[in-house]
Amino acid sequence: MTNIPETGRTPRVQIRLVVIQILVLSLLGTLGGRLWYLQIREGAAYQKEASGNHVQQVVQPAVRGSILDARGVPLADNETRLVVSASRTDLLKMKDDGKAVLTKLAGVLGMKPADVMQKVRLCDAKTPQPCWNGSPYQPIPITDEATPRQALQIRERSEDFPGITAEPEAVRRYPAPGKSNTAQVLGYLSPVTDDEIQQAKDTDSPYLRSDQVGRSGLERQYDKELRGKAGVTRYEVDNLGRVIGKAKSDSAQPGSNLVTSIDSRVQRVAEYQLDNAMQVARTQFDKITGENYKADSGAVVVMEAKTGRIVAMASAPTYDPNVWVGGISAKDYKALTGKNSDYPLLNRAIQGQSAPGSTFKVVSTAAAVEAGYEWDGGYPCTSSYSVGGQVFKNFEGENFGPISLGRALEVSCDTVFYGLADREWKKDGGINPKKGEPKDYFFKTAHQFGLGKETGVDLPNEVTGRVPDRQWKENYWKANKNAWCKTGKKDGSYVEKIAYENCLEGNKMREGDEINYSIGQGDTLVTPIQEAMIYGALANGGTEYVPTIGKAIVSADGKTVTEIKPKVRARLPISQATHAGMDKALAGVITSGTAAWKFGGWPQDKIELHAKTGTAEVYGKQTTSWLATYSKDYTVVMTIAQAGTGSGASGEAVRNIYSALYGVQPDGSIDKKQALLPTPQKGLPKIQTDGTIASPKVAQDPAEDLKKAAEKAAEQGTAPPDQNQPGATTPSPTATNRTTRRRPRRRGSRRMLT
Amino acid sequence: MTGANSFSVSGYGPQRAGWTRLFARDSLTRRLDWPMLLSALALSGLGSLLVYSATRNRTEINQGDQYYFLIRHIMNTGIGLALMIGTVWLGHRTLRNVVPILYGISLFGVLLVLTPLGATINGSRNWIVFGGGFSLQPAEFVKVSIILGMAMLLSARVDAGDRPYPDHRTVLQALGLAAVPIMIVLLMPDLGTVLVLVTIILGVLLASGASNRWIFGMITAGVVGCIAIWQLHILDEYQIARFAAFANPSLDPAGVGYNTNQARIAIGSGGLTGAGLFHGSQTTGQFVPEQQTDFVFTVAGEELGFVGAGLIIFLLGVVLWRACRIARDSTELYGTIVAAGIVAWFAFQAFENIGMTLGIMPVTGLPLPFVSYGGSSMFAAMIAVGLLQNVHMRSRT
Repeated sequence: MTNIPETGRTPRVQIRLVVIQILVLSLLGTLGGRLWYLQIREGAAYQKEASGNHVQQVVQPAVRGSILDARGVPLADNETRLVVSASRTDLLKMKDDGKAVLTKLAGVLGMKPADVMQKVRLCDAKTPQPCWNGSPYQPIPITDEATPRQALQIRERSEDFPGITAEPEAVRRYPAPGKSNTAQVLGYLSPVTDDEIQQAKDTDSPYLRSDQVGRSGLERQYDKELRGKAGVTRYEVDNLGRVIGKAKSDSAQPGSNLVTSIDSRVQRVAEYQLDNAMQVARTQFDKITGENYKADSGAVVVMEAKTGRIVAMASAPTYDPNVWVGGISAKDYKALTGKNSDYPLLNRAIQGQSAPGSTFKVVSTAAAVEAGYEWDGGYPCTSSYSVGGQVFKNFEGENFGPISLGRALEVSCDTVFYGLADREWKKDGGINPKKGEPKDYFFKTAHQFGLGKETGVDLPNEVTGRVPDRQWKENYWKANKNAWCKTGKKDGSYVEKIAYENCLEGNKMREGDEINYSIGQGDTLVTPIQEAMIYGALANGGTEYVPTIGKAIVSADGKTVTEIKPKVRARLPISQATHAGMDKALAGVITSGTAAWKFGGWPQDKIELHAKTGTAEVYGKQTTSWLATYSKDYTVVMTIAQAGTGSGASGEAVRNIYSALYGVQPDGSIDKKQALLPTPQKGLPKIQTDGTIASPKVAQDPAEDLKKAAEKAAEQGTAPPDQNQPGATTPSPTATNRTTRRRPRRRGSRRMLT
Repeated sequence: MTGANSFSVSGYGPQRAGWTRLFARDSLTRRLDWPMLLSALALSGLGSLLVYSATRNRTEINQGDQYYFLIRHIMNTGIGLALMIGTVWLGHRTLRNVVPILYGISLFGVLLVLTPLGATINGSRNWIVFGGGFSLQPAEFVKVSIILGMAMLLSARVDAGDRPYPDHRTVLQALGLAAVPIMIVLLMPDLGTVLVLVTIILGVLLASGASNRWIFGMITAGVVGCIAIWQLHILDEYQIARFAAFANPSLDPAGVGYNTNQARIAIGSGGLTGAGLFHGSQTTGQFVPEQQTDFVFTVAGEELGFVGAGLIIFLLGVVLWRACRIARDSTELYGTIVAAGIVAWFAFQAFENIGMTLGIMPVTGLPLPFVSYGGSSMFAAMIAVGLLQNVHMRSRT
């Protein structure tokens, strides 16, 4: 045939062969292209994945540092528990769903196999407890009370126990030394979230799934220091996880310990007195509302006047911080945060704010002097002050005639301050001042005192309080104008009338606003910590310190001690003379002023106390009581919401706190041995060579001890005999054997099994 | 079969004694296609290094001897080389005359696998285990015999000069000849080999000049077959899972997707020049299963990088390129068909094997010709090289 060429093939075959050749080439080209894509373009990513593959990281948790009080007594520390957990994912890969392994494990742990099985099954509608209600991908704890021997058995024969781990876990503990609670100051930990794990994954301190992170209080503020650095050991492993390569390891660095300025004994006394004062207040009848005081919340701050260090800080209502340990139950969580709870997680010393009432008058006094008013000016203290149609009454209608500023402060004469504020308001241009004209001495001074701003205390989520100056009024009005104008009625209820007025001129500084403001009423808000800072400054001659709780960060080995030095925040805008006058006036409050009825018999010549009471009116609620006091070393501020007058609600409690600090007996004598802390703790607790910090024995309940001693003294009519109460400066004070206990565990015993 | 006389149609070409050919001026050695031969040998040599790297630490399979697989791979290469030389020595015509016998033997081999003599390894019953650690996969030789058998049938009338193309009857006969062993292999089941065989049929039909209808018919039948297999749930669960893992690589990286995932990590981490022979962490850590056989390419990818892995693709390209040339240069349709069938075989198997390690093809158990560890595969591939040499020499005379 002619169409068969020499090569034996027809054109059809020839063409097809070319097609095959092209096809083959393109297949090979595809392979080459894909190879280039994987190796050259994406190579780096795969290299990373490969190293993640064959390098296994074993992370040893770092022991969280302790939080200690000023004497070294732990307020928060750890105990180690050996936790045996099972990975469901691994178990389900086995033919019998891991039954054999769990049975073997039960044998080692001395448990019944059925019990172990029940622990790892997942909860559902049909499965009764015990069952696991967490994530099925998380290791399920079978026991947290394994003995080291059991844990070793499991770890050494890991081939026999696939999917089973025995890991030491440090469990946070809040030992509440001497019944001090300190809950809100310490804060709490909660499990690390997935996001946080992801973020910390490639850092030098990765999280473990079981890690806890500080969420509030000191635990959060000093989380980084306390947490330490987890140890990472890198093993090169093969596909079965067998170690084939050299191991690189960074050992875990335990977290540093935080020494605070809190004195657990004073803390206990403060908590006890606050609670007691609230209980007493609830038995008192409130004439205005016609029922007993509710006294639903309160706070107390004890601060070193010359450094700003917090010796005690209590907030009520409170809770037991140990509910967080090992994961909080849904029920507990609801009780702490639910709508019907009384929000015990709030640290009301820094997060509670209310009108300061008359305790604000120190600011007004300073402002008046600043504005040029003579100290001894003879200002009329009438029983009421009228502006337009409004009558501003003096508290309980007293009339002292013309008095000095000092006397006005001492007797807390409202009308003097009304008059001064009114004059300033008029000077500033009245309701429609020209721009830039108002001098606003009263508001400027409040800002200079540090109000309306966080104090900077080393605790998270402090609130700012509020100075209701023109700027604030403008902003507030803009934000609420619409609502006010909607609900406001000229002739409606009280609330509607207020809304109506606010709608019209809420952005303006009205005469009544400034008058109200001058005695700490109206829209002014302060926090107890702000009060403590201000009165602390008055105590030390006018220097405001940033309140601090952390005193030093001590590395776990004790070699590095980073002291947290007191920080000056500002100088009060008052002259020496003004300060002297105020100091004298506030001392007068104790001896002859509003607090005198609660401080009868106080050894004022030896321990000079100064105070200012405050009773702030809150619309729709009972009055908030304030009592701000100071001695030359300390300032104590207590506030209780819905509890009546400052002196009435808190007078006794604050006096008792001072008595405990200085060892003042009921008869007014001073027993130095009874004094918990007659002078502020200067140094740090002794750090031993192994890095542990010495801590003294702790009395079971300093508050109760004091009370008993007082009762005993009252019976005998004399000073009580030496009760071996802990002396403040002795390094290792002792208490009566009956009432002391050793700390349950030595610090050294929380070392991890590695 | 079309009768005895079909086997002796060939009437041209020198007829000299085997031995004299070696020493003639246009001697055997001078007429060999050296680029192809050397590429095949280079691939085997590279293969032995890669196999050694992949197995020297695998104590659970290398019987405590790190050279166990290396020695065997070299031995296999040697035997394969001998088989190739034998093929060349026997010569084109002799072999063409004994095609029915070869076909019969390979058919017997695959049938034997289904008897109790066969052994199941990795879920497929496609092994005959001899004593002394030797075993054969008869399915590998079916590839050769199908090519030869179909080539013989399809080329008989054309090479005789009777027709320009094989007629429908002949094509039908050829398909029938291929269908029998394919059915048996499907029973094993060895899906990978079936795919190779189907591709070979397609290549053979294309090269034979069979009517386009057959070609499209084949492709349609293939598609329908795939759908039928999918719909009738003939596939095993693991096979479906492999496809699922191919479609979605992130699916179950610890389970079905493990192989492909680890393979891709190994190759990807190689970069341009690789981690160096014996220094790949994926290989040393044995993260890639079946690394000395089906996933041998990953060793090259990781330890030799783009350069080394690219070299393997290049060498395969040389072999295939030469085979294509040989198919086009053959003076008779028989040689063209044989060469095209081998091209289809090698090309598909190489593409599928390397493609699955690169994640562009689903995973099937197919070795990489010349490189992967495995006697039967090596032998069959070497015989195929021998056949190509025969066709080559034939067309040069």
